[in-house]
Amino acid sequence: MAKAAAKTTASPSAERRPALAGRSTSATGVKVDVLAPAERMSLRAPEASLAALSKALGVTLPKQPKTSATKGGRTVLWLGPDEWLVIDEAGNDPLADCAKVTALHSAVGISHRNIGISVAGPAAEATINSGCPQDLSLDAFPVGAASRTILGKVEIVLLRTGEEAFRVECWRSFSDYVFTFLSEGARDAAG
Amino acid sequence: MLLIRCPYCEEERPELEFRNAGEAHIARSANIAGESDDDFEKFFFIRSNPKGIIYERWRHIHGCARFFNAVRDTVTDKFVMTYKAGEPKPSKLPGAAK
Repeated sequence: MAKAAAKTTASPSAERRPALAGRSTSATGVKVDVLAPAERMSLRAPEASLAALSKALGVTLPKQPKTSATKGGRTVLWLGPDEWLVIDEAGNDPLADCAKVTALHSAVGISHRNIGISVAGPAAEATINSGCPQDLSLDAFPVGAASRTILGKVEIVLLRTGEEAFRVECWRSFSDYVFTFLSEGARDAAG
Repeated sequence: MLLIRCPYCEEERPELEFRNAGEAHIARSANIAGESDDDFEKFFFIRSNPKGIIYERWRHIHGCARFFNAVRDTVTDKFVMTYKAGEPKPSKLPGAAK
């Protein structure tokens, strides 16, 4: 698995055309940017495998609901009691790291399935709340908090990267909808 | 908007993240082929549909994606409590008058 993954990333034959690449919009107090491609992995594992997987990934898998952990450009988001989303922005392949682990787990590469959108600025919270029903105040959703939730009609994964910055992960085929929704939300939040 | 406590996320989340998944605590027979038609009908189609307290399965589909059980009052639409899937039916409900 590790070899195959390394091959696909090194291959120059496939031209990668990320959805909405480089799109960006801003309104008073908030900026919405489509983020650069990243390596992503969906990880399912039982409690007993966590130590080995954490060691292989170089990040301790969080066990608390709605939390995440970041180390060396790699972020691990708690999605469910046995489910994590791994996002690597440093260009390292988390699939290759997990391939060496013999403990029971399921690691699926979803790098191209998602796109990341950054929402940053004093009005970022209001922008996301235009379509997300969760309480995003700093008390309820502190920096580093992560959760799968909804935005308008689609499912997103939300990560708070700073007091006034969020990362929204959505499926590629929904990215047009999500970006447009956030653009409208930004305008409303600014207005 | 209703807030529903997810026992896996350990907090109250907006109802939009949840889906109802029918009545809870309906055990499937271990020998389903040996069931009589009447018994199968009861298992498969007949639901209690009470006015008042109902035990239901819910799924935090746009959250942790886990199924869990909830006790809800069909008259007031209020959630009395929620508990993890596989746990027994609570014998005592918090603050229950009936």
